[in-house]
Amino acid sequence: MLHTINKSPFVHKNLESCLRFAKKGDPIMLYEDGVYTVAAGSKIEPMVAEALKKHPIYAIEADVKARGITKVIDGVYLCDYYCFVALVEQHKVYPWF
Amino acid sequence: MKFGILIQDGPYNHEAADSAYNFIQAALERGHTIQGIFFYNDGVINATKLMEPPQDDRNISKRWSDLGAKGIDIIVCVAAAKRRGINEDVLIPNARISGLGQLTEIAIESDRLITFGS
Amino acid sequence: MGEKEKTKIMFVMRKPPHGSIYAYEGLEAILIMGAYEQEISVVFIDDGVFALKREQDTKPLGVKEFSKTFAALEDYDITNIYTDKESLETRGLTVDDLIIKPKVLEASEIAKMMEEQQVLLPF
Repeated sequence: MLHTINKSPFVHKNLESCLRFAKKGDPIMLYEDGVYTVAAGSKIEPMVAEALKKHPIYAIEADVKARGITKVIDGVYLCDYYCFVALVEQHKVYPWF
Repeated sequence: MKFGILIQDGPYNHEAADSAYNFIQAALERGHTIQGIFFYNDGVINATKLMEPPQDDRNISKRWSDLGAKGIDIIVCVAAAKRRGINEDVLIPNARISGLGQLTEIAIESDRLITFGS
Repeated sequence: MGEKEKTKIMFVMRKPPHGSIYAYEGLEAILIMGAYEQEISVVFIDDGVFALKREQDTKPLGVKEFSKTFAALEDYDITNIYTDKESLETRGLTVDDLIIKPKVLEASEIAKMMEEQQVLLPF
């Protein structure tokens, strides 16, 4: 199952919920304000690093660039909407709004 | 594959309508079929033709109407629309107002249902 | 539908009532989609459990009270109703605080059920 998150992790707990329910190996796609999750240097970086041990994490590059995020946590895949679609081809989707 | 799209959020306030549109464009370019785009909750506001954004901004309702012109089924939930003042008089061309049964049909017929909202 | 296999559709209720319309319009969707003879289930996780809280009195607020409608889901043959143990505990609730008695499951069990669905609808 592909999990998607579109909210900032600094005001919402969607990432925590997602990680509680996600199976090991499930990919996580961050888009919209969800991409703040992958900005390097924040206090939630350790949680993301921990999550990366269990889940491939993707972030929509257009959303990252639009927000002036220039440094992304190592191991996160930046991708476009074709890549989002390709993930949906392989997995059903649950969005953690 | 056949993708169904559910949009739960209105235009402009949040990014959902933009994300959904970008996803649909990419899906079409990868050769997928969009089984239907169903607007529910505040999503129904996407379907008013009275939208008149500034000229340098995207016109979100026109985007949906253009997808409808390509033959994609654009459906606006009647109950959610009534609540929010959307009816046939203000409906964008190439869309239709119908019931949640249509969302059920999309859910049954599609290989994937993807929801955009907030 | 004929011989066609039923589609497994799960409503995942994560939002509290009244602060937004999602729980209420989610319920409306459950009731209507429930009539299409598919395999429907409903799970309440995170703030979604608040939609089932007993003793909601919306008169002072002037909005519709709909928690009791969840109790009517059985009449629509929607009996696969679940909730998450940790979501209840985190919010200081037990199943006795709820207007219906959903089956209380661990997150891992809910995750397994989500995995088995063809369609997941978030509300």
